[in-house]
Amino acid sequence: MRDVAVIGVGMTKFGERWDKQLRDLFVEAGNEALKDANMGRDEVQALFVGNFSAGSFVGQEHVAPLLSDYLSLKSKPAFRVESACASSAMAFNLACMAVASGTYDIVMVGGVEKMTDVSAPEATSVYAKAMDAEWESFFGLTLPAAFALIARRHFVQYGTKPEQLAMVSVKNHRNGSKNPLAQFQFEVTVERVLSSPIVSDPLHVLDCSPVTDGAAAVILCSAELARKYTDTPVYVLGFGVASDSMALHDRPDITTLGAVVKASRQAYRMAGIEPKDVDVAELHDSFTIAEIILYEDLGFCEKGKGGMMIQEGETEIGGRIPVNPSGGLKARGHPVGASGAAQIVEIVKQLRGEAGRRQVPGAEIGMTQSMGGTASTCAVHIFGRRKR
Amino acid sequence: MSVFNDKKTAIVGYGSYIPRYRIKIESIAHAWGEPLEMLRGLRVQEISVKGRDEDQVTIAVEAARNALRRAPEVSAKEIGAIYSGSESKPYAVKPTSTIVAAAIGAPLSVRLADYEFACKGGTEAIISCISQARSGMIKYGLAIAADCSQSLPGDVLEYTASAGGSAFIIGHGSGDPIAYFEGQYSVGTDTPDFWRRDLIKYPRHGGRFTGEPAYFRHVMAAASGLMRELNMKPEDFDYIVPHQPNGSFPVEVAKRLGFSESKVLPGLLSPIVGNFYSGSSPTGLCRVLDQAKPGQRILLVSFGSGAGSDAFSIVVADGIERKRDLAPKVEDYVERKKYVDYSVYARFWGKIAF
Amino acid sequence: MMPKSPRIWQLAERRYRLLGSRCTACGKTSVGPRNVCPACGSEDVETVQLPSTGTVYSYTVVHALPAERERYGPYIMAIVELEDGTRVTSEIVDCEPEDVKIGMPVELAFRVIGQESEEGIIYYGYKFRPLVFRKTN
Repeated sequence: MRDVAVIGVGMTKFGERWDKQLRDLFVEAGNEALKDANMGRDEVQALFVGNFSAGSFVGQEHVAPLLSDYLSLKSKPAFRVESACASSAMAFNLACMAVASGTYDIVMVGGVEKMTDVSAPEATSVYAKAMDAEWESFFGLTLPAAFALIARRHFVQYGTKPEQLAMVSVKNHRNGSKNPLAQFQFEVTVERVLSSPIVSDPLHVLDCSPVTDGAAAVILCSAELARKYTDTPVYVLGFGVASDSMALHDRPDITTLGAVVKASRQAYRMAGIEPKDVDVAELHDSFTIAEIILYEDLGFCEKGKGGMMIQEGETEIGGRIPVNPSGGLKARGHPVGASGAAQIVEIVKQLRGEAGRRQVPGAEIGMTQSMGGTASTCAVHIFGRRKR
Repeated sequence: MSVFNDKKTAIVGYGSYIPRYRIKIESIAHAWGEPLEMLRGLRVQEISVKGRDEDQVTIAVEAARNALRRAPEVSAKEIGAIYSGSESKPYAVKPTSTIVAAAIGAPLSVRLADYEFACKGGTEAIISCISQARSGMIKYGLAIAADCSQSLPGDVLEYTASAGGSAFIIGHGSGDPIAYFEGQYSVGTDTPDFWRRDLIKYPRHGGRFTGEPAYFRHVMAAASGLMRELNMKPEDFDYIVPHQPNGSFPVEVAKRLGFSESKVLPGLLSPIVGNFYSGSSPTGLCRVLDQAKPGQRILLVSFGSGAGSDAFSIVVADGIERKRDLAPKVEDYVERKKYVDYSVYARFWGKIAF
Repeated sequence: MMPKSPRIWQLAERRYRLLGSRCTACGKTSVGPRNVCPACGSEDVETVQLPSTGTVYSYTVVHALPAERERYGPYIMAIVELEDGTRVTSEIVDCEPEDVKIGMPVELAFRVIGQESEEGIIYYGYKFRPLVFRKTN
């Protein structure tokens, strides 16, 4: 297999993009990625796009050829990947393998979601489709409720506290305030998080990622071609993908996300690194409890010590392993199908040293971790400034 | 008129269900600005309120499951007929009995139907099970008497209409009898005291007309007809359980029939949980079975507006001692309660229109 | 729109009666219908009656309501661990939010889960509630 590299990134402003349609958002991100790669659109050989539920949100299925059409990629193959919140991370994974295999040399990978056309309860119902529709959401489980169930167990089993959850939100909002593309560019306090309305106790509104419109795209090519387009290629050093039971109730211990453990171990092995070698990580903080559990399941800290890790400031920019310098899903926003790609955009910028006020100094190795539903799908990618 | 001398047609399982919520009469009166003095004559203190996710079907299923718990010798696969009587089935077309059948695991070969006769659909269901069991058409029948009683907002019926019901497994010569039937007598006339037209949400009634020409005339006729045919007197019965549209009618009708108040009070539920319509007198019967001794005789008299009345003479058998504690008693449900105010009551009932 | 009758009908009895799947090879049980055991891969999976009592394994009170329950009001969702260890996701009813606790004993209830619309079919199924009466025997 060939090595592959990211040579261009693009991302829209995330937020309530009332004046933009699904296709507008993706074209904006795609064009920017092409420009960043100093590349003409005819050079792209295939499109891989992650999208969760355009059918539910805007009444459009079959979005891959639509987006290819509007990007004027002509008759190039276009693939849509759906893995709930991990859709574009999974699209990226397939694209990596397609380029590594030699099938294509240059591809565009991205993700898009247009969510604000529906009401909050409707959005809640669409998210719930990422779980077992017949045995979880049918009975009233929502996605925040599922993570609330996880949080409550984590509290009981490890003594994690609501204040520690709130600290994740505080950190990610602080980082987001330095990201001009973030949906929320304001800071919050622990008190404000804990006094915000309850979504599904113990999770408050400010523990949850928002409803967001947005798109992100990257250009991926074989490593040998990379320097033709850029002086700062970012190489894919390793990846791992794993699945877990669809329903939370079928897992022996809901405080461990098995797919995260498995996917990350594969990725570390492939990249030849250990958790401590990660300089910067973009993790799937759809809910604050998720980020705390991810610290543990990715091996950044011992099981059960995630709450202490945030409390000790180890994941702040400047800390031992900075997590979510972009603001994460919490503050950058979470256009479901675009979040995986947006994480990659951020890591590429961090490794290139282009992250501005939120730059992690001297970052050499970065990680993205994206998961769908209650982590029934997890994709982990590890990136580096140098080839492995 | 039917007299059953063989003592073989019996209730082998019974069970009730009452929702957890209650509303005090004061709360309803407060909502409508009604002086409490106007309502004293009803002799009802509080009524049960269905939960927001309960309906006649869910109450029927809960009662049926409790009846099966009290009939451990009966497999659901032996139930040959399920009849549900109510006036509040959630589907106008599609029987409640079909859903109950699936919920208890009844066999494919089963007779299913719903009865509607205002407040006496439940006793119609019992009669069907009795006759099919006696004729050998079925081994066991399941009769359900349950309602989420409907009442027009602001109407006097709101002070009594409540939710609950009971179910009975009836066999003939099989199973461990809890009580056997020794006679049944019914009356019926065209008396428009209470009705609900098709596609109209709440029932309407004739006010005081529901009393003498409707309730009293029919209950008296059915009860005295049954006693006459059985050659029995009020003294032969240990309990009387009449239909309970409020707290005063059943006591009054028992008195007029010559029963002492002590014989009507054990089965009198309306003052503390209201009127379950089809489930009213059958749940009163369950409350009596919860405390009766073998050999005691019970007079059950339902009343359905429109109008008619079904009277039964029931004698408690030995099985009661073995089976009483196998399921929650009526009193367990009566004591399990959470009060709501009228606004919550209206929300749970879907009385707030959107 | 085509009513959801077939999809509801397929699973109705399992939801009404809390039937589950049990692998005859390794004994693994789960609530949904399975043709292949999720634990050992055996195709010998039978439909069984799951226990009707259990305890609360985890719970939450849902305040941000999904569209299907927009006018239902907040409700308790839980994972219930049944007596045989099988876990199911269920609403907890007849219980105030401040009273639900991990480890609380609960029993099977039969309730309305939802409906297609005011004109459409009604979805019934299991929920759990605190025990109505303590078993004395």
